[in-house]
Amino acid sequence: MNQDSLINYVLHLADNALILGQRNSEWCGHGPILEQDIAITNISLDLVGQARNFYQYAAQLINESKKPEGSKAAPSPSGERVGGEVTEDSLAYLRTEREFKNCLLVEQPNGDWAQTILRQFLFSNCQYLLYQQLQTSEDKQLAAIAEKSLKEVTYHLRWSSEWVIRLGDGTEESHQRMLRAIDELWKYTGELFVAADYEKESAIDISKLKDPWLDKVKEIFNEATLAFPGKTFMQEGGKQGRHTEYMGYILTELQYLQRAYPGSEW
Amino acid sequence: MTTVTIDKKTLYACLEEIKDPEVPVLSIIDLGIVRDIVINGDGIEVIITPTYSGCPAMDTITMNIRILLSTLGFKKQKITQVLSPAWTTDWMSEKGKRKLKQYGIAPPNPIQQVCSNKLFAADEAVQCPQCNSYHTRRISEFGSTACKALYKCDDCKEPFDYFKCH
Repeated sequence: MNQDSLINYVLHLADNALILGQRNSEWCGHGPILEQDIAITNISLDLVGQARNFYQYAAQLINESKKPEGSKAAPSPSGERVGGEVTEDSLAYLRTEREFKNCLLVEQPNGDWAQTILRQFLFSNCQYLLYQQLQTSEDKQLAAIAEKSLKEVTYHLRWSSEWVIRLGDGTEESHQRMLRAIDELWKYTGELFVAADYEKESAIDISKLKDPWLDKVKEIFNEATLAFPGKTFMQEGGKQGRHTEYMGYILTELQYLQRAYPGSEW
Repeated sequence: MTTVTIDKKTLYACLEEIKDPEVPVLSIIDLGIVRDIVINGDGIEVIITPTYSGCPAMDTITMNIRILLSTLGFKKQKITQVLSPAWTTDWMSEKGKRKLKQYGIAPPNPIQQVCSNKLFAADEAVQCPQCNSYHTRRISEFGSTACKALYKCDDCKEPFDYFKCH
């Protein structure tokens, strides 16, 4: 994998985790019951932790790839606007919307509990399969992060699968809400398995994860008495930095402090 | 160059003084967070691993290790964080498990249920740290921190944290 692609790939993995972590954290203090409020915020914490590990690695790669003075270094992707030494914080707080490479699914609003649960299930299902492959990667650092995160994602997948079943096979109201959530989110799942340019050089063929992912969705939807959605238009672009309108608002909140008071610490 | 005269064994004993800020009965040695120590003259490298990726205690723990090393006279300090092999509750010392129980947190079972993807699996038989009953049930997969689950004892009716297998 060439250095630029590797950096973009690591940023893509980091952005996915950060943005979903940020979204889930909006539930803090608002969960339907205390135990599930704690659950979703713990999942947030895991995701932000994974994002930190990926950002630290991306920052290291970007700093290493900066060529010595005078050699007309090509600017590294996403590093150039940050200026100076790139850190995990500058990558999270100082990149603009178009520089974020997260998939569209993770930036979608929380909606109701059904929509949050479904988003988590669809994403964790994909992340689980990806990290399983990634932990045997020749890139030792990516393999280590994946190995570490996989234990956490196993929990996320199990927890969200159980909730999809509970709500789908629950009351008439909860069933209807799950159907609405599927209608809202399904169109953002196609992108998960279409490789961006920087993913094409990776040893993992992301399109090959689609079938096992679908099998899992079918198994859980079946158990949840939810009809499997038919073929529909799939929205893409997040991996390339073309986001839905929600993304700007997320960053406005996430980056506010560092934009208003640059470099502030506490 | 001044050499700090302290051996690894003594250093491990000193590190016992550093507690997990979220479970203050456990030292970082009990938890199995310290993976290795490399002493080189007045320089030292401590290799640590996080329990969970997002464990907010890691920054505090790192800072406390630095303070300790400075007090011991180490001028060049390096704290390296490694992720692989991933931390597991198997690395928790027996002494640590006993201390956890005394503190009111059920220690992790030797069975690694987290590795299973099975849905609605039967609750693990977790012993109540208060009355020792196995007649307990899980209230939530996630407790007060990411590393704990919330349980309730059906005999003494007390809720308690369970340090879950990982």
